[in-house]
Amino acid sequence: MRVGVVVFPGSNCDADVKHAVEVVTGHPARFIWHRETSVDGLDCLVLPGGFSYGDYLRTGAIARFSPVMQAVETFARSGGLVLGICNGFQILLEAGLLPGAMQTNNVMQFRCQETYLRVETVNTPFTCLAQTGQVLKIPIAHGAGNYYVDQATLAELNGNNQVVFRYATPAGDVTAQANPNGSVENIAGICNRERNVLGMMPHPERCAESILGGTDGQVIFRSMLAWWTENRGVALAIGTAMVGDPAGAHPTGAVPADSGAKGCCGRRDGKGGDRGEC
Amino acid sequence: MVSVSREAWKEMGLTAGEYERIKELLGREPNYVETGMFAVMWSEHCSYKNSKAVLRLFPTKGPRVLQGPGENAGIVDIGDGQAVVFKVESHNHPSAIEPFQGAATGVGGIVRDVFTMGARPIALLNSLRFGNPRNPRVRYLVGGVVSGISFYGNCLGIPTVAGEVFFHDSYEGNPLVNAMCVGLIQTDRIARGAAAGVGNPVMVVGAKTGRDGIHGATFASEELSDASEDRRPSVQVGDPFMEKLLLEACLELIDAGLVVGMQDMGAAGLTSSSSEMASRAGTGMEIDVALVPRREPGMTPYEVMLSESQERMLVVPKQGCEDQVRAIFSKWGLDAVVVGRVTGDGQLRILENGQVVADIPALALTEHCPVYNPVWREPAYVATAHAFDPASLPAPADLGAVLLEILSDPTVASKEWVYRQYDYKVQINTVVPPGSDAAVLRIKGTNKGLAVTIDCNGRYCYLDPYTGGAIAVAEAARNLVCTGAEPLAVTDCLNFGNPEKPEIFWQFRRAVEGMSEACRVLETPVVSGNVSFYNETNGQAVLPTPVVGMVGLLPDISKRATLSFKQEGDVIVLLGETFPELGGSQYLQTIHGLTTGKPPALNLIRERAVQQATLAAIRQGLVNSAHDLSEGGLGVALAECAINGGMGAKVVLPGEVDPLTAIFSESQSRILLTVSPGNLVALENLCHQHGVPYAVLGTVEGDRLVAVDQRGQRVLDLAVTEMTKRWREAIPCLIA
Repeated sequence: MRVGVVVFPGSNCDADVKHAVEVVTGHPARFIWHRETSVDGLDCLVLPGGFSYGDYLRTGAIARFSPVMQAVETFARSGGLVLGICNGFQILLEAGLLPGAMQTNNVMQFRCQETYLRVETVNTPFTCLAQTGQVLKIPIAHGAGNYYVDQATLAELNGNNQVVFRYATPAGDVTAQANPNGSVENIAGICNRERNVLGMMPHPERCAESILGGTDGQVIFRSMLAWWTENRGVALAIGTAMVGDPAGAHPTGAVPADSGAKGCCGRRDGKGGDRGEC
Repeated sequence: MVSVSREAWKEMGLTAGEYERIKELLGREPNYVETGMFAVMWSEHCSYKNSKAVLRLFPTKGPRVLQGPGENAGIVDIGDGQAVVFKVESHNHPSAIEPFQGAATGVGGIVRDVFTMGARPIALLNSLRFGNPRNPRVRYLVGGVVSGISFYGNCLGIPTVAGEVFFHDSYEGNPLVNAMCVGLIQTDRIARGAAAGVGNPVMVVGAKTGRDGIHGATFASEELSDASEDRRPSVQVGDPFMEKLLLEACLELIDAGLVVGMQDMGAAGLTSSSSEMASRAGTGMEIDVALVPRREPGMTPYEVMLSESQERMLVVPKQGCEDQVRAIFSKWGLDAVVVGRVTGDGQLRILENGQVVADIPALALTEHCPVYNPVWREPAYVATAHAFDPASLPAPADLGAVLLEILSDPTVASKEWVYRQYDYKVQINTVVPPGSDAAVLRIKGTNKGLAVTIDCNGRYCYLDPYTGGAIAVAEAARNLVCTGAEPLAVTDCLNFGNPEKPEIFWQFRRAVEGMSEACRVLETPVVSGNVSFYNETNGQAVLPTPVVGMVGLLPDISKRATLSFKQEGDVIVLLGETFPELGGSQYLQTIHGLTTGKPPALNLIRERAVQQATLAAIRQGLVNSAHDLSEGGLGVALAECAINGGMGAKVVLPGEVDPLTAIFSESQSRILLTVSPGNLVALENLCHQHGVPYAVLGTVEGDRLVAVDQRGQRVLDLAVTEMTKRWREAIPCLIA
């Protein structure tokens, strides 16, 4: 799996993402400078966190005009995997690759803290090794993570199972107290209709090694690898490349994070840092 | 050249004697530009003219020290071809009148000091002092300072991993904002701020120069007063995005091997960077201000030379490499412009379109400033304070209520409200986050870790600056040891009032003497630092606050400890001895509103023994938790271990002193450890080996903190949930 990490002026989680991808998947990642115009030869792209262009205007509003974004869009439209984390999510929203917008946190302050995310769907290349209803402990660090979307689009997101993560209590209950920033319906991450583009505010790269106090972030990178392994060379046809969403088979509720998740191709995946080979 | 009126040089902060000395050095009257350059370079902030003689007391050498004081930051070897680069600096005056930008640019300045040496900044710390948060202006200052640090540090992608926030009325009008930065470097990549090589080009890189911050260094060298609001234009405005680009571009430049010397333009801007770089190399420099990229038209040579616009560096690259330098900076969208060259005549010559506007020996600016030996005198308050007997106060009936009151004092209470506004996880090295004795960072690609802390108790320093200064060093080292790190070296930020007052200078001198002694015994040399005088408002000085930043090394990061109770049934052991030492304590402050008494004594030999025993115990894997005793004594230490671990304890108080003293005395050289029962004997043996007295206090158990006296009488019985609530909610309640 060839992973590209896009570096904008002001990105500051680029090296962290590269490190985490390499440690968790064992596959190398490389940086893509924002002035590059081609992402040929890559299997997935990560837009990392940071403060692109200082975020002095709206978060991500200038980065979307970087030369590389044309290539990112083409890559995404042709089914390539695109993961936007934090500022990367904000850029994907501004670029129109995901619906909705970010507002300043309702607490009007930057927040760096642990959050608990309930996995709402495993029918994505980014969560295919997780379980629906599983609770992941993944930290946030942002000043503008208050996701907003109009009612009609929200209904569509829900209808198409595009909400991937919601802020929840450690037990998996989606409550107002568990919402750190005021996001509509506690939304922490969404995917596009085609399910190959994921934006999430929490930082999985910050909890992918046990020395950092948690490994729940690994499942995202392992899922990507597992999905790529199964679908290598095949562009993502809408919905069909995925196994059926087992949401119905796993009633909502807390599942221990390291209980061993169901593989995308039906096998059990090992604990810890094991590769998600299917 | 036109000479300068008496009003002008006085206005710039020079004395008559200094003006005479300038005339002697030049052999003529200085012109207006030259007078301005002397005024900033000879300000206390840049010249250390009042403190230099005393600062020579600090031990600055050690086997690991690669760079001591005198450069942009100190450097300490950590083996395997790696070194840590670190420094702390104050930004008190700007923060007092414009807290957001003052604090933000304080972070920006210290980060530049570290990456200018070629190091990648890996951690930020800060030490903050405010007045009583019940005062609305103090709340405005707290909010502004914290969001300024958050704004700047978060954008840069450098984690803010540790710090301290201390409240006392003396800081009401003059808060202290000290920022520390730690960087990591390959020892073969160290860059220095020297303009070597006659003929080499001199380049200004980074942001354009504007009119902001002119005479900022002079402003930092005078007392604050009600008129200080007018100084708001002296405060610089920060652009962390620009700094992030500058950081990446400069590190790329050093990696490419193009740099001869480099220095950031901090206080006194182009004047200090050019004169200091030339002085260090024994060269001269010629700069044409007309070539310096400007933010606005019509700036005079005086304004360009004195501007403190942020996010700029002065770079001396190798001759012929100018285009490569420009290419790197252009990639990052930054200016890199040749403004002059290195000369061999020792003169700093400033031109405007080829016309000489200033011509000064570089050394005259940096080295020939008069050095003063201010008069000192012990203040009258000291003897009165030492005569005070805390036992003369009515003893509180309910010690549990007292502990809750102290836990909710903002100085002791949880600082989560502060640090959750800082990104403390970026760079994914933070192994022990804020809220412990010290933060611990891993060093990727090795088994090593770094522990970092910053510390000072201004009350002790006020009551006895010698002991207070020594305690600041000892406690910083103790904090590091409690994580399993060996303390390496010190950076200090010495915050005091007006040194021209003999009582203030006495505080300063005694504090430095105490710190120096502690640094010698604990073998932690001072490698960098900063002096901030004139921290006074309308004649009232802050508590003397010599802040100590310290870095420690964990050779094997898997052998580390944190403060939280880990395991029901673990044995609680207190290393050290408890004496009747309530003078200067948090108990006196919170419960009786008093800053008085004789602060706890410090026996440095005992301190070293306690630290060595603790370090040995952690490294042998005996210890499940370790926590240093400081403000609030044993009571607060036990509470913090319980709150963070989410479990209670039952202890029998040491018998030599009464329960109030046992719980709240702040006797030094004490560390609280927990071990599983099977490891107790091994720990006891270590204590005997190191000659450390200890007491087995009790066990980790239940969900309450229970303390009984020697007769079994219950003197403290609090639910951990209740302590947690009071401790967590105090600051949000007071400030938000």
